[in-house]
Amino acid sequence: MTEKAPAPLIQFAGVTKRFGALTVLDDFNFEVAPGEKVTLIGPSGSGKSTVLRILMTLEPFQEGRLTLAGMDYQEPGGTGPFKASERHLREIRSHVGMVFQSFNLFPHMSVMRNVAEAPVRVLGLSRDEAQARAVDLLAMVGLADKKDHFPSQLSGGQQQRVAIARALAMRPRVLLFDEPTSALDPQLVGEVLAVIGDLAHEHDLTMLLVTHEMRFAREVSDRVCFFDKGRICEQGSPEAIFTAPSHPRTCEFLASVLR
Amino acid sequence: MMYGFTWDTATPLTYAWSILPIILIGLTVTLKAAAAGFAIALVLGLVFAMLRRSRWRSVSWTTACVVEFLRDTPLLVQLFFLYYVLPEYGLTLPAFLTGALALGLQYSAYTSEVYRGGIEAVPRGQWEAATALNMTRMQTYRDIVVPQIVPRILPAMGNYMVAMIKETPVLSVITVLDMMALANMIGERTFEYLVPLTMVGLIFLILTLICSAGLHRLQKVLPKAGIPLR
Ligand SMILES: Nc1ncnc2c1ncn2[C@@H]1O[C@H](COP(=O)(O)OP(=O)(O)OP(=O)(O)O)[C@@H](O)[C@H]1O
Ligand SMILES: [Mg+2]
Repeated sequence: MTEKAPAPLIQFAGVTKRFGALTVLDDFNFEVAPGEKVTLIGPSGSGKSTVLRILMTLEPFQEGRLTLAGMDYQEPGGTGPFKASERHLREIRSHVGMVFQSFNLFPHMSVMRNVAEAPVRVLGLSRDEAQARAVDLLAMVGLADKKDHFPSQLSGGQQQRVAIARALAMRPRVLLFDEPTSALDPQLVGEVLAVIGDLAHEHDLTMLLVTHEMRFAREVSDRVCFFDKGRICEQGSPEAIFTAPSHPRTCEFLASVLR
Repeated sequence: MMYGFTWDTATPLTYAWSILPIILIGLTVTLKAAAAGFAIALVLGLVFAMLRRSRWRSVSWTTACVVEFLRDTPLLVQLFFLYYVLPEYGLTLPAFLTGALALGLQYSAYTSEVYRGGIEAVPRGQWEAATALNMTRMQTYRDIVVPQIVPRILPAMGNYMVAMIKETPVLSVITVLDMMALANMIGERTFEYLVPLTMVGLIFLILTLICSAGLHRLQKVLPKAGIPLR
């Protein structure tokens, strides 16, 4: 019997994304297996964020097909920019979480509420359950003692760790990180990467990470994809990409960032 | 005599003292009308602001037209319209309710603009974070957006509240017995307008000062980042 590769959890098939006249993704094909940890690298404007934002349903796309766990993003006969009902989009979102470059914590809520609010409102957990979950997650990111603080009282690194706990509290199958350490002072990058590195050991969690931290990408990813002009120009294991890149654009890019 | 109180026009002071209870009865009507009107303006203004941001073009466009209409027609015209025209279509409201509704409608056009400005000032990242947490649009407004804009829109809302209080005398034209209407009636009967009208003016001045001071305090105690509900 031949062993079948697991069905992809995420599948972009010929996806085209335009902003007006600008085509950002052009006939884009990309698959992610369940539990896989994929890092997206590439020059500015190559479409890395766009891929994550489409997955999070923050951006619609115009052509092609995108599926998550067999579920199509666009519905047959769906209307609006997303070609899908709000109900359908929410079903998709229930499997996906996102960590943003600028944290986007809710400034008017305590750390505890930032993490516990959506589980109460959206998942219907009781306050007690949600807070117990939040306490566990805050302990995991090393911020158990900050639960009553407000975001403005935390460092950037602490805020980003809260944001990670907040995303995890929804128990997503797929977690997207868009340059999670780019807005941080250099001395705070390590603490956030440490948390993401721990998550990379979670067998069931599928992770897509956009980062410029090449050394880290090499440590945690199963696969690295090099983006250029809205396409994946080269991909492979971290070793292959970082030690023996074959495409000239990849070599050029790596030379510029690893210098 | 009015409401069982007789006036004593011997001196301005005794006159003022004797009609004060009547004026104060009018004051309660004025305050109730302003409170009801402003409550309507606060709620309806938010609804208008949300509808204007609707994904559906037809909804946002219709709302924009309604708001523009409410803002660009005189309160007096709206008042007469509600009071004299609606009953012809079988909808008869008491004068007080009609007045409060007219005030609320007109001011909801103003407050909706205040809300709109406040909502637009909320960073896009807040909406995106709410979407990523799978909150509905209603939940996002209620838990994320509105709590954050409260401190920011408070001064503008306060100004409109004061403006509305000062506009309540217009309700006397549809027979609402507010402070102004009563002062006027006293004048008609005693042929002495100076004292009652001065009293009304002074009471409005005091009301306005109290409101401004209260708002000022509220602005100080409210956390700048906003207040989460429950
Ligand atoms: N809302 C938008 N409207 C118009 N153009 C946009 C919009 N968002 C992104 N773009 C354009 O799409 C292209 C791809 O953007 P994207 O953010 O995906 O790049 P990126 O690979 O994440 O780059 P970076 O490393 O700078 O974050 C860029 O040329 C960008 O200017
Ligand atoms: Mg980006």
